[in-house]
Amino acid sequence: MALSKMDNLYRQVILDHSAHPHHHGKLDDSTNEIELKNPTCGDVLQLDVKVDDNKITDIAFSGYGCTISQASASMMTDAVMDKTVDQAEDMVEAFSDMILGEKSNTDILEDSAVLKGVSQFPARIKCATLAWKALHKALNKE
Amino acid sequence: MDNKSNPWRKDFPILDQKVNDEDLVYLDNAATTQKPQAVIDAISDFYSNDNANVHRGVHTLAERSTEEFEAAREKIQKFINAESSEEIIYTKGTTDSLNIVARSYGQSNIEAGDEIVISYLEHHSNLVPWQQLAIQKHATLKYIDLTDDGFVDLKDAKKQITDKTKIVSIAHVSNVMGVENPVKEIAKIAHQHGAIMVVDGAQSVPHMPVDVQDLDCDFLAFSGHKMLGPTGIGVLYGKKDLLNAMPPVDFGGEMINFVHLQDTSWTDLPWKFEAGTPNIAGAIVLGKAIDYLNEIGMDKIQSYESELVDYVLPKILAIPDVTVYGPSDPKKHTSVISFNLNGLHPHDLATGLDMEGVAVRAGHHCAQPLMTYLGLSATARASFYLYNTKEDADKLVDAIIATKEFFKDGTI
Ligand SMILES: Cc1ncc(COP(=O)(O)O)c(C=O)c1O
Repeated sequence: MALSKMDNLYRQVILDHSAHPHHHGKLDDSTNEIELKNPTCGDVLQLDVKVDDNKITDIAFSGYGCTISQASASMMTDAVMDKTVDQAEDMVEAFSDMILGEKSNTDILEDSAVLKGVSQFPARIKCATLAWKALHKALNKE
Repeated sequence: MDNKSNPWRKDFPILDQKVNDEDLVYLDNAATTQKPQAVIDAISDFYSNDNANVHRGVHTLAERSTEEFEAAREKIQKFINAESSEEIIYTKGTTDSLNIVARSYGQSNIEAGDEIVISYLEHHSNLVPWQQLAIQKHATLKYIDLTDDGFVDLKDAKKQITDKTKIVSIAHVSNVMGVENPVKEIAKIAHQHGAIMVVDGAQSVPHMPVDVQDLDCDFLAFSGHKMLGPTGIGVLYGKKDLLNAMPPVDFGGEMINFVHLQDTSWTDLPWKFEAGTPNIAGAIVLGKAIDYLNEIGMDKIQSYESELVDYVLPKILAIPDVTVYGPSDPKKHTSVISFNLNGLHPHDLATGLDMEGVAVRAGHHCAQPLMTYLGLSATARASFYLYNTKEDADKLVDAIIATKEFFKDGTI
């Protein structure tokens, strides 16, 4: 059955994160916000980040998207919580390398490392990277 | 009809392949169609035997390529029943054709306070050029409402089109809603108010007989690649009087009559709108695609597709948790079928179908205002053509059900 090939893409933790996303919503006291769209599919992600003393002390996301983009956003928010901005930027890079099938320090990505399977589905790479791109943009926004 | 008894399928070599270890079921024809061997061969033939620039040389090859290039124009003229081949302008595609109308006719005829009327179901290429023109000229862009079935609503068209309206531009067949719009009736209304009627024929010309004189439209735009032809070639049909009065949009070689140091006179139609070396091979090969379609007959293609819709639409509608957009009566639905599986994002659905070898589109289909109008972010879309079969239809339905099963516990 060809659908079993999707098992690698839709691992149970991914389905769980998508069905019950963590840090879903908005922050009242965010310091950095961004809205990012995936123009090819119309998906929208809003990301609110609170940075205190160079550290991510709170984060939340909202918007709409597919299983992969919602799960990726949920796992990203878990992973970067309480990290420094520099640590988070390292994770952005590690995630991007991993998804593109390049050598990557996946250890620092925590749960997000299960999205590695997306690299075998080129059409879905943008879904997985949307949240991390949003984080990078939010952190670099003045 | 199974794959073997479809008389045309064997002409399309690309269809005979496995995707993800399954037989390919190509149902993304609204995006682009596959090409028959005759069309693929024609590209190689042209470059192997006849290639030369057109309208320039006196040598034999130049004559031969020019003759074929102009012969293809006449085929296109007959195909849409235009009065004259001067009314057929080669473009890059539908988008290019519509932009030419906006930049030439629009720039010279729209003034502050005028109205341009489109509908909520337009493709971005029949929306953004008008929107930008309206912004620039301080004109008003108005939208005709849709009926509950998803058709452009004639009643509302009568309200939206007024004496201030200068341009009405509507998709003949929607690339999302599976409807054929009453463009002939809308053209009448437009003309009663002194407006011109532009028809986006990207999804109609490939699938049904289209007669520009019967529709009485002023412009018709369509793309070669959606009708078995190559990418990068398309057509703008325009009524001769209008085209003659319009300024060219691109300047350079081919479109001039005489160039002086300080001014230039334009050459005749249709070349006035064809600056530079055109897509010669593309035009000639589009002619071959039209030969292929004519040999079958557009009536026959239309009735074959409606038979497929009769078969597949009720089956899709019968899958629990599936929503189909547009009419649920197969008699009213074209071969473009947009749908969603409740609770599952269309991207996830399309990945599931792809694993089963079934190629569909998922996304906003370049119609974001329509998605907003429908309260959606995206849909999946299966679109059929003459080489698709009931076997393809069954595989689509089975793949939707299998994907639904795969995701049954734990989705968005
Ligand atoms: C209704 C409609 N209009 C316009 C277009 C644009 O065609 P093209 O991309 O070939 O210019 C398309 C194709 O995507 C379409 O479906």
